[in-house]
Amino acid sequence: MNPILEVRDLHVHFDTVDGTVHAVNGVSLDLFAGETLGVVGESGSGKSVSMMSLLRLIPQPPGRIVSGSARFRPASGDLDLLSLGKREMAAIRGNRIGFIFQDPMSSLNPLLTIGDQIRESIEQHTSKRDAQARRRAIQLLDQVGIPDPEARYRNYPHQFSGGMRQRVMIAIAIACDPDIVIADEPTTALDVTVQAQIVDLMNRLSADLGIAVIWISHDLGVVAGIAHHLLVMYGGTVVEYGAVDQLYAHPRHPYTIGLLGALPKLHVNEDELVNISGTPPSLFSPPQQCPFEPRCPWAFETCLNSQPPLFDISPDTGSRHASACWYDLDRDKPRASGQPVAEWDKEDATL
Amino acid sequence: MTDTGNAAAFVRVRGLKQHFPITRGVIFSRKIGAVRAVDDISFDIPQGETLGLVGESGCGKSTTGRSVLRLYRPTAGSVTIGDLEISALSERQLRAERPKMQMIFQDSYSSLNPRHSVAKIVAEPLIIQGHNNAAQVRERVQQLLELVGLEPEHMKRYPHEFSGGQRQRIGIARALALNPQFVVCDEPISALDVSIQAQVVNLLVRLQRELGLTYLFIAHDLSMVRHISHRIAVMYLGKIMELARYDELFQNPMHPYTQSLMSAVPIPEPEVEKSRSRILLKGDVPSPANPPSGCVFSTRCPFATERCQREVPQPRQLRPGHTVACHNVDDPAVAEDIRLSGHKIVSSLQDAASSGPDRVFASALPGGAS
Amino acid sequence: MRIDALDKSGLRSPLQRFLKLILRDKAGLFGVILFGFIIVVAVLAPYVAPHDPVQQNLRISRQPPAWHEDGSWEHPLGTDNLGRDMLSRIIYGSRVSLTVGFLGVVIASSIGLLLGMVAGYVGGRTDNIIMGVANLFLAIPYLLLVVVVAAVLGRSLLNVILIFGFTNAPLFVRITRGEVLRIRKSGYVESAIGLGASQARILFDHILPNLIGPLLTVATFEMSGMIFYEAGLGFLGLSVPPGIPSWGNMLAAGRQYIQFSPWIAAFPGLAIVCTSLSMNLLGDWLRDLLDPKIRRSAS
Ligand SMILES: Nc1ncnc2c1ncn2[C@@H]1O[C@H](COP(=O)(O)OP(=O)(O)OP(=O)(O)O)[C@@H](O)[C@H]1O
Ligand SMILES: Nc1ncnc2c1ncn2[C@@H]1O[C@H](COP(=O)(O)OP(=O)(O)OP(=O)(O)O)[C@@H](O)[C@H]1O
Ligand SMILES: [Mg+2]
Ligand SMILES: [Mg+2]
Repeated sequence: MNPILEVRDLHVHFDTVDGTVHAVNGVSLDLFAGETLGVVGESGSGKSVSMMSLLRLIPQPPGRIVSGSARFRPASGDLDLLSLGKREMAAIRGNRIGFIFQDPMSSLNPLLTIGDQIRESIEQHTSKRDAQARRRAIQLLDQVGIPDPEARYRNYPHQFSGGMRQRVMIAIAIACDPDIVIADEPTTALDVTVQAQIVDLMNRLSADLGIAVIWISHDLGVVAGIAHHLLVMYGGTVVEYGAVDQLYAHPRHPYTIGLLGALPKLHVNEDELVNISGTPPSLFSPPQQCPFEPRCPWAFETCLNSQPPLFDISPDTGSRHASACWYDLDRDKPRASGQPVAEWDKEDATL
Repeated sequence: MTDTGNAAAFVRVRGLKQHFPITRGVIFSRKIGAVRAVDDISFDIPQGETLGLVGESGCGKSTTGRSVLRLYRPTAGSVTIGDLEISALSERQLRAERPKMQMIFQDSYSSLNPRHSVAKIVAEPLIIQGHNNAAQVRERVQQLLELVGLEPEHMKRYPHEFSGGQRQRIGIARALALNPQFVVCDEPISALDVSIQAQVVNLLVRLQRELGLTYLFIAHDLSMVRHISHRIAVMYLGKIMELARYDELFQNPMHPYTQSLMSAVPIPEPEVEKSRSRILLKGDVPSPANPPSGCVFSTRCPFATERCQREVPQPRQLRPGHTVACHNVDDPAVAEDIRLSGHKIVSSLQDAASSGPDRVFASALPGGAS
Repeated sequence: MRIDALDKSGLRSPLQRFLKLILRDKAGLFGVILFGFIIVVAVLAPYVAPHDPVQQNLRISRQPPAWHEDGSWEHPLGTDNLGRDMLSRIIYGSRVSLTVGFLGVVIASSIGLLLGMVAGYVGGRTDNIIMGVANLFLAIPYLLLVVVVAAVLGRSLLNVILIFGFTNAPLFVRITRGEVLRIRKSGYVESAIGLGASQARILFDHILPNLIGPLLTVATFEMSGMIFYEAGLGFLGLSVPPGIPSWGNMLAAGRQYIQFSPWIAAFPGLAIVCTSLSMNLLGDWLRDLLDPKIRRSAS
C-alpha cells in the first residue's frame, strides 16, 4: 500500500538576526491512509515547523523551505505539496488537509458566530450553500459532541469553554471530509479530564471517517493512546520511528529511552527520575554529528564525526521500526557495517 | 475539619477562604458578587514533608499557595507556619518574617526581572533583608548558584539568555537565598520539557533532603505529584475533595473526582492506554463565581444523587490518614459502584507498572559529568 | 564544554548582530540620521546659519532659491517677503520647534509618569479619581485652551509649551498606569513582595526601569505631534510672537505669496514634514529595538 503522504528529506531554515536557524534538517516520513501518526519531541525540535511547512503555514520570510518533497496522494491524484502554487495550495488546505492548532481561541474569529465560521469553511470548499451548508454545520457540531447544536450554532467563541472551542476546531477541520488532519498539540492547553474527552473524540472520528491524522504532542502518554506509528524528533531530525507497541516496549534510540524514563510512573516508586543532563543542540549550524551525542550515555567516536541515518531495525513481526543511532542497542555494541538503512533515507546511507 | 489531627504539623491551615470581589462601576464601584477561588480548606504539612496539591486549571491551587504565604490577604481562616500565626501578623511583622517562607513560580520567564542580571536577581533577597557586605553577598550568590547546579560565570548574564530549566533553577536559587523553611512550589515544572522536568524535580527532592525543607507542591500532573509528595490533596473548585498519603491515594482513590483524574492521566503505554478503564467526565469545570449548590462536583459526577445538589459534603476521615469530602462513598446505594470503579481504574494502572521499556537510560555519564 | 563549542559556531558575534539589527531597518536608520542632523543644526544654529535670521533687506525681497535662474548662492533657499534669508530662518526656526517638542514632552511625561504610577500602584479610589481627571482633560479641545490663554496671557513660547505639556499628560498617565498594572501583576514583582521588599524598592527597582522602554517610544511620537501642532498654531498666529523665526510663523507669512513665491511657504513646510517623519521613524525604530520579540525575529 502506498502512503497517502510521503515526505522526503525536508529542510527548513529561518533567517534571523542571530544567524540561520536550521529548524528542520532532513525529515522523512510516511503516513498511511486512516492511520494516526504521533510526532513527539521537546520544544524547538521542529515538530510544528516541519508539519506546518507542508501546508506552507510558516511565515516566509523568515522561514524558507530549502529542499525536500512531500507527495500527497488523495483519491484524485498525486501531487507534490511543496511545489504547488498559492492557489492550488489554498484548495488543498482546509479541504483535503485539515488542521487543528494548540490555541483554539486565536484561530477562531471572535466576531463571527461559531456556526458561521464552520459554514464559511464548508462554502469555501464545497458546492453546499445556505441552508444546506447550515445543516451540515449543525451535523458537524453534533458529531464533535457539542450538546444542543442548533442553539450553539448561534453562539460566539467566547461563550464556549476551551474544550468546546477545540471541538469546534475539529469540526472545521473535518468539515470537508479531508484525507489528512494535522493536529498541532491540540490538547496541550486543556485539562487532563478535557484532554481525555478530546482524545476519545478524535479516536472515534478518525476511525469512523477513515481520516489519517498527524498528532503533534510533547507528551508520550497522550500519543500512546491515539497513535499507530510514532515519530520521535530531536534537533530538527527524526531520531526514531516505529509502530507504537514496538517503540514503547523496545525503544532503540537513547533519546526515546531517556524520555520514557523521565516520566514518573503512576504505580511504582522511584528514587530519582532519569535525568537527561545537558540542553538541546543549538540549531545555528547545520548538524554534522549526531545531535544527541552531547547528552548521550552511549555516545562514542563515530557519533562525533557524522550524523547517523535512520537504520531500519524492523523486527520480524512485520511492524516498522527505525532508529538514527550509531550504537546498536539490541547487541549493545557499535552498529556493524552493512546495516540496512530505512528505505526513505537511502541517499544518506553511509555505512 | 482537620484532616489528620497531626500534632507535629509544621504548616497548619484551617478554614482558609479566599474570595475575590467582582465589582461594577467606576468611581463608585460596588460589589456584585465574588469569585470563590478558595473556599474553606484545611490541611497540615509536617516538617520536612511535601504536600502535593492537584486539580484542574482554575480550581484555586495557586490562590491557595498565595494565601498561605499571605501574598493575598485571606478572606477567612488561619495559617500557622512553625509557631507563627501568619494570618495575624501586621504588614511590618510580615515583611520581617518573609524569609521563612518562599515561593517558586510557574512561569520562570515572568518571575525574573528581564532587566536584572542573574547576580542581581539572586542577591536581591539578601539585599532586601539588609545584608550589605558586598563580598559576603557575592559569596552567598555563588554558593547558591552552585547549589542549584549553575556556573559562577552565569552571574553576569540576563534571564533571556537561559533555557527554561536553567531559569527555573535561578528562581529556585533566589527562593532559597534566605534559608526558608517552607517553600510553595507553584507548578515549577509545568512549562518545562519532559527531559528538563526531571532535572528540576530531582533538584527539589535533593534540596529537601539536604536542607530539611517543607514543600507545598502545586501541579496538575498527577504522576509528578505522586513522585514528589508524601501526601496529596485533590482540589476541585476551591475545595479539597480528598487528601491522603500518596500510596494510599493511588491504591484506594475514593472520591469520584480523584478517580476520574487518575483515569485521565495519560500513561506512556499503548496497551494500557487503549484498554484502561476511564471515567470520562461530562462538560467543563463550572465558574467559581457561580459554583453549583451542594457538592461543587455534583454537576459532573457520574454518581451524583439528589442529596449532592443540596448538601455540601464535609471532609471526613474514612481510613487512617485519608479524608474524603463525598456523601456517597459510604452511602449503601452507590458506595459499591464507586468502590468498584476505583478498583478497575487502579488495576488497569497496575498493568502499566508491570510492563515498560526494555532499556533504561544510564543517567550517570561515563565521563562523570553532571 | 563540547556543548559550548557547538553553541557558538554559526552564531553571529554581538557586533555583527548589532550592525545587522541597525542596518535591517533601513527606514529607521534614515530616521535616526535625519533626526541627529536636525538636532545638530538646531544646536549649532549661530555657527551654521549663513545670515542673521531677522536681518531684513527689502531690496532682495522674495529672491528665489539658488537653483532658480534669478537666485544666487548667497541665499541658497532664497529670501522671504522682507528679504530675510530663508535658510537661516529655517535653521533658527528648528530651535523653536524642537524646544516646544522636547520641553512639552518632558512636562507631559513627567506629569504622566508621576500620576500614572500613583494611579496604577495605589489603585482603588485614587486611581479612579486620577483617571477621571485625566479623561476630563482629554475632553478639553486644546485649540480653545490656546486661544483663551493667548488672549489672556499673550503669545509666548512658554505658554505653548505648558499647554502642550498639560494637554498631552493624560495620554502618558494612561500608558504609565496600564504598564504599571501589568508589571505589578508580573511574577517578578510578586516574587519581590514575597521576599519582603519595601514599596519603594518595588517602585524604583522593578516598576520604573520597565516603564522606560514603552514611554520612550510614545514620547518620540508625541514630540513629532507637538512639532506639527506648534507649526499649526504658528500658522494661525497663536504661537510665538511674529518676530521670532518659527516654522509656523514662516508658513503663515508665506501664505500670501504662495502663487508667485511658493518657496516662502514650501521650505518651512518641508522642514516640518521632515522633522515629523524623522521622529516617527525613530519611534518605530526604538520600539523595535526595545522589543526583544521583534529584535530577535525576522531579518
Ligand atoms: N518564525 C520563526 N523565526 C525564527 N525561528 C523560528 C520561527 N519559528 C520557529 N523557529 C525555530 O524553529 C525551531 C523549531 O520550532 P518548532 O516550532 O517546530 O518547534 P516545536 O517542536 O513545535 O516546539 P514546541 O513544542 O515548543 O511547539 C525552533 O528552534 C524555533 O526557534
Ligand atoms: N486576583 C484575582 N482576582 C480575581 N479572581 C482571581 C484572582 N486570582 C485568581 N482568580 C480566580 O480564582 C480562580 C482560581 O485561580 P487560581 O489561579 O488559583 O487557579 P489554579 O488552580 O492555580 O489554576 P492554574 O492551574 O490555571 O494555574 C480562577 O477562577 C481565577 O480566575
Ligand atoms: Mg510547536
Ligand atoms: Mg495556578
